[in-house]
Amino acid sequence: MSLPPSIVRTPELDRWIHFNHDGTITIKTGKVEIGQGIRTALAMIAAEELDVDLARIQVETADTEKTPNELITAGSMSVEQSGAAVRVASAWARSILLERAAADLQTPLNELTVEDGGITSSLTNEQTDYWSLNAGEFFNTTIVSEPPLKHPAGYRVVGHHAARLDIPAKVLGEVAFLHDMTLPDMLHGRVVKPTRPGAVPVSVPDETKCPFTHTLVRDGAYIAVLADDASYADRAHAWYQQHCRWTAEAMTVLPGDVPGYLKQNVTRSLVVVEGMPLEQPVPDADQVPTLKASYYRPFQMHASLGPSAAIAQFLNGKLTVFSHTQSVEFLKLALAEVLKVREDMVHVIHAEGPGCYGHNGADDVALDAAIAALACTPRPVSIKWSRSDEHGFEPYTPAAVMDLQANVENGRIQQWRHETYSFTHNGRPRPMRGHTNLQTAWTLANPTPRVPRQPAIAHEVGIHRNLKPIYRFPDAQLIKHFVAESPLRTSSLRSLGAFANLFAIESFMDELAHHAGEDPIDFRLNHLSDPRAVRVLQTLRAKAPAKPPGLGRGLGLARYKNQQSYCAILVDLSVSEDAQIKLMHATICADAGLAVDPDGVINQLEGGFIQAASWTLKEAVSWDSDGVNSLDWDTYPILKFSEVPTISTHLIDARGQPALGVGEASTGPTPGAIANAVFDAVGLRVRSLPINAQQLRLSAAQSET
Amino acid sequence: MPLDLKVNGLTHNIVADRDALLIDVLRHELLLVGTKLGCGQEQCGCCVVLLDGAPIYACTTKLAQCIDKSVQTVEGLVDEAGHLHPLQQAFIDLNAAQCGYCTAGILMRAKALLDTNKRPERSEIIEALDGHLCRCGAHPRIIRAIERAALRLASV
Repeated sequence: MSLPPSIVRTPELDRWIHFNHDGTITIKTGKVEIGQGIRTALAMIAAEELDVDLARIQVETADTEKTPNELITAGSMSVEQSGAAVRVASAWARSILLERAAADLQTPLNELTVEDGGITSSLTNEQTDYWSLNAGEFFNTTIVSEPPLKHPAGYRVVGHHAARLDIPAKVLGEVAFLHDMTLPDMLHGRVVKPTRPGAVPVSVPDETKCPFTHTLVRDGAYIAVLADDASYADRAHAWYQQHCRWTAEAMTVLPGDVPGYLKQNVTRSLVVVEGMPLEQPVPDADQVPTLKASYYRPFQMHASLGPSAAIAQFLNGKLTVFSHTQSVEFLKLALAEVLKVREDMVHVIHAEGPGCYGHNGADDVALDAAIAALACTPRPVSIKWSRSDEHGFEPYTPAAVMDLQANVENGRIQQWRHETYSFTHNGRPRPMRGHTNLQTAWTLANPTPRVPRQPAIAHEVGIHRNLKPIYRFPDAQLIKHFVAESPLRTSSLRSLGAFANLFAIESFMDELAHHAGEDPIDFRLNHLSDPRAVRVLQTLRAKAPAKPPGLGRGLGLARYKNQQSYCAILVDLSVSEDAQIKLMHATICADAGLAVDPDGVINQLEGGFIQAASWTLKEAVSWDSDGVNSLDWDTYPILKFSEVPTISTHLIDARGQPALGVGEASTGPTPGAIANAVFDAVGLRVRSLPINAQQLRLSAAQSET
Repeated sequence: MPLDLKVNGLTHNIVADRDALLIDVLRHELLLVGTKLGCGQEQCGCCVVLLDGAPIYACTTKLAQCIDKSVQTVEGLVDEAGHLHPLQQAFIDLNAAQCGYCTAGILMRAKALLDTNKRPERSEIIEALDGHLCRCGAHPRIIRAIERAALRLASV
């Protein structure tokens, strides 16, 4: 078996694990905690391989100068990548220490037992322990091959319940988030945002006119207001926000224009084969399909609950930045490029932020703080965005149009065609050298150019993630239409294009099942050959409660990226006389392979469903010619407690299989399940998100004509 | 002019404007950072604390409104002997969070509910929490944790 990629990149054992004098063990990871519970899952894996109590494990997360480079925390890969690495590193350390114990105790390896780090010779009953054999020393060795690993059948920690390591500080109100940190002599700052991204100031009032004591830092269109006292920073910021004047080019593409704009402004069309986009002629579509339909997803937000923040300090030639970025490594390179300093002068340390669900404002505000820190050296600077900064300036998930058609013979789909039109999902900070995607950088006095947007050419990414259906069809034409110029900045939101593609696929499968007069589960089973997918569907059917009278029920199914967890969801909902949709119950069934932390897996599945239900029922970025106007929770509402259904979740026992990423597994099946349940309830097919009373009335009006 | 502000049973003599926001006083003057700022507009519930036992939004409440009253924050849920409040224990035991940014406000709202209603129905818990947003989707386990804490409190 080959070594995990993270170990190949960083084979030095000391970069992963350290035995401390106080009887604890520090595990280092390049991944970050974003509320997914990775800290706990990695501690469980280490405790398992080392045979120590979970309480002995401490986890140090991403820091460009202390932890292994694991690139980025995204794509539901943390357990698969860092988990595999930590497992191998722990086992490697264990085997070294056991060899030392064997020599010390003059006992063969197979006569040694380990219990909570204590090592006993079964021949002599003599004892030693990990810390006596290595107290605070480096191993000075590299991992060159896979060490003996514990068999999953003997697991005592992995696969069992554990209390999350990060929750106590959060319920006690301790310093748990970047937002809670204070450095000595720290300045508090806010950035004065333009009316919309890209605008430049035409007039900034004289500093002396502002009634609140502050320091102003300006660079091109960047304006930061800093004060010793946070409330002074707020007041001065409000004053500048009111008095600055900006250029204002009118937005010409408005929300209602986007579906047509997408289809008329295609930059490149690619044929997707086995998850890879290829330069091939786009095949002609069958002119007389059995059924065709077009679906739409609007621009939507990450909408993190806390606005983004960062702390930076420039001291003795070193720029230290605390950030809740998903990638300390890419942020470091991007900052060095924009600020025109050497890469080794930038040190980025992760500190927890509110859940991000992808690329939110975290990286942008890190640059905002870094610019101010360089200007205010040596004082540390905290920059916090406001609620409207976050809603108005985060990179959104791109809108998408999905055109589907199929030919059906004798209840079997013979030909399938799926075309998706959309903008980039990759607006992350530094996709390539010489370019950055940090928003502030584009309008500095000495700007760093914006990355030319290109279609992502890789397996199952961006617009074509889950474009490939899980079903077997004799002929499937899959086409990705990339549109370079977007009216709004876009980047990665949880599950990327999979959410839109699966909304279309699972809705269309339901439409085809209805057309064929077949049960939606049977119809899908008839087109499935993957036994794990079949098992998930059959288990879902067996576990689902009887369908209550008067409710609509809908199904969605997917395997995330066609390579990670399988997930099927049944949604029961009601639709009132006045077209109000109420989710009543959701049944989720998933095969996530080995579930390291089963409760964490359930938490991710249910959380992903709830967030996706919110996108499906409520969310769309809105704007007019003056810019984005969904700038708070009233104008961009998300699902509330009273709108969340009861949920029952069932995991397939697959502990002999490798752990599969689960963080994005349930988002894809959700919109189809809801749309299909609405159709089941009232016979109306809504193909445009969000599915709300307005869309239902529109759909009713269309079906009458 | 110095003002007296009572927080979690302690009276603090602080120098601050009467129209300073309570959340700024808590987080920056008293370094009680458990209370979170989410929106500044009473829309998300992250900043909810108790004023004389009743839930209020610290992001819009002025310091002047709190004088001669008693403020309780998430840091004040632990009792004098250092024992966690049953709500805190239930949130830990049931992993009732993902990122945890909404947690403090929800704990305080739930405390106010359980102080006045020892055995709330599930629907009453949901109603009480409807002004609180959770973007991670931890809602089901948050409700379960409050139900568990209510049971614990009712049994003592």
